[in-house]
Amino acid sequence: MTKKAKAEAENPQEEYLRMDRIPHIWCPGCGIGTVVTSFNEALKKNKEDLDKVAVVSGIGCTGRVAGYVKLDSFHTTHGRAVPFATGLKLANPELKVVVFSGDGDIFGIGGNHFIHAARRNMDLVIICVNNFNYAMTGGQVAATTPTDANASTAPYGNFEYPFSIPYLADACGATYVARWTALHLRRVTKSIQEALNHRGLSVIEVITPCVTLYARRNRLGDGLNLLKYYHDKSEIAHGADTRTLGIGYQDKLIVGKFVHKEKPTFLDAMNEHLGTVLGDDYQLYGRINNDKD
Amino acid sequence: MKVKKVKADPKGVLTGAHYMDGDYALAEGGLAAGCRFFAGYPITPSTETAERFSARIPTVGGVFIQMEDELGSIAALIGASWGGKKPMTVTSGPGFSLMMENIGLACMQETPLVIANVQRGGPSTGLPTLTGQQDMMQAKFGSHGDYEIIALSPDSPQECFDLTIEAFNLAETYRVPVFIMTDECVGHMHEKVVIPPAEEIEIVERRWYTGPKDEYLPYQREEDGVPPMIKAGDGYRMHTTGLTHDKHGYPVINAECQRENVTDIIEKIRGNADKIIKLEEKDVDDAEIVVISYGITSRVAVRAVQKARKAGIKIGTLRMVTCWPFPEKRIRQLSKKIKAFVVPEINYGQMVREVQRNSVDRCKVVSAPHCGGWVHDPEDIFQAIKEASK
Repeated sequence: MTKKAKAEAENPQEEYLRMDRIPHIWCPGCGIGTVVTSFNEALKKNKEDLDKVAVVSGIGCTGRVAGYVKLDSFHTTHGRAVPFATGLKLANPELKVVVFSGDGDIFGIGGNHFIHAARRNMDLVIICVNNFNYAMTGGQVAATTPTDANASTAPYGNFEYPFSIPYLADACGATYVARWTALHLRRVTKSIQEALNHRGLSVIEVITPCVTLYARRNRLGDGLNLLKYYHDKSEIAHGADTRTLGIGYQDKLIVGKFVHKEKPTFLDAMNEHLGTVLGDDYQLYGRINNDKD
Repeated sequence: MKVKKVKADPKGVLTGAHYMDGDYALAEGGLAAGCRFFAGYPITPSTETAERFSARIPTVGGVFIQMEDELGSIAALIGASWGGKKPMTVTSGPGFSLMMENIGLACMQETPLVIANVQRGGPSTGLPTLTGQQDMMQAKFGSHGDYEIIALSPDSPQECFDLTIEAFNLAETYRVPVFIMTDECVGHMHEKVVIPPAEEIEIVERRWYTGPKDEYLPYQREEDGVPPMIKAGDGYRMHTTGLTHDKHGYPVINAECQRENVTDIIEKIRGNADKIIKLEEKDVDDAEIVVISYGITSRVAVRAVQKARKAGIKIGTLRMVTCWPFPEKRIRQLSKKIKAFVVPEINYGQMVREVQRNSVDRCKVVSAPHCGGWVHDPEDIFQAIKEASK
């Protein structure tokens, strides 16, 4: 293909993106775009009905995903993407509702909503881009910043203990839990495919480079250097005990699919329970055959 | 205006004469109005509404969820509204405070929803079990930025039922959060509540967009300033955000778009204020003194007004069924011909500020505050009337 023909060729992601919103705001070397690409690939491979997939984002760099995907998409408030998505899913159960947001949004300010959505096994897909810091506001320390890493509000290094997202998700009742890095594109895609087909709360953590802030402040080099770190220090361990998945500063990254189990969702349990207790008085709510399972 | 009215769905309508409290009546009003999504968090003195919903909604084809907190409740309501449901929640002061940020989101995304606030004494934890009318300014100004909402104030369980239906109708007509600003007294008061047959209850349907699919713009307004809506899953693949946005729903971060966006969400309410505002006036035509009140206080004021009349004071009453948008025009008119307004309310003086602002110095404005915990002693209101008539 000539250079010109290449430039004029249709973007293979065009069907899935709001092309009138491109170029996006993310920095060169940022990993969010690659996660969006994996998400779009997963939609394509799953042959999802794009009219029936909705994306809800909170606030932050990853929060901007809702503005770029060509789906019903909601850019909400900081930390509240999960309860917004809960309302959306319960109001229209035929939708597949995906929460696409960052670590600060879902596990910092929105942590309480996350643990309860997991407890309820709410039928949502949560894609959490973890870049180890609050990037949109300039690289502040987060609930996921590894101990000893530097951040703009931890200028002498972080002395707190970070969350391990898969451990938290598992402990709270999530029924699909995976972790990858932005280097594991095909595996991220596959996990999103599985999560879209999974009935219940799915959590996919994707560790991504934040070149402009986290990497620069910690002198870790550019995007390529971070990908090399992911390459060198990632260990795939499917089914690993989620208690062992903590991330130390520039230490090894255990990745893989850790949890994948069946459990009634909030709506399944509600229909089952109220149907039994109330009998004919109960109006079955929103049960549809959405060819899951 | 493309507002479509239909008869209520009989499934949710508990037709008949009942003896029930205001909290239950809020729930019955919601169910009659077609509310099929309730998300809430327990808080005194509003909890009975959530309890009633949890018992009733499974039998009418809806969903009840008890959220982890009020931040979650309001977020779930906005999501549910975009999912096509008519959503409602109920709370009291502390919970109302927690909802403020997302009330702004609902205003910005122009999301119809209904929040009942069974007010108690504040600030902070204050008086959980005792009455207050102390969130009236918060209802209008509590979220950051400039916006308009609608707030109604029922004075009886019957009106809790009636105004909840009205609240849903206004929310759908103007795509705005509507508050039912009741209080512990009305919420826990048992009275006769008559629920009419479904065919006598008029319901405003959502303003569904009906034009060509490829021409849909989420914030393209109709003549009355309100844009029609779609729901997620209808194939429009739309976007909405809490950021300042254009008619596509896309963020545009500059002063010009901000001016348009903010003006639009404010003017759709201010421009229709005459249609929205409901007042109940009595004996104001020849009055020298007018008592302005709302909610439970308007019932307490009756005794004081009777006494004043016996004492030979030319007195009338104005009850604000609608508190926001504030009835500025009517207050201005009256301020030109009367001697004084008397404004009793169970707070340190909130709505009285609006009365003062709209009367300027044309007439006297006497505040009759009460810090909360109980209703006024009618004698205190009478003393305020006497002072006003001097």
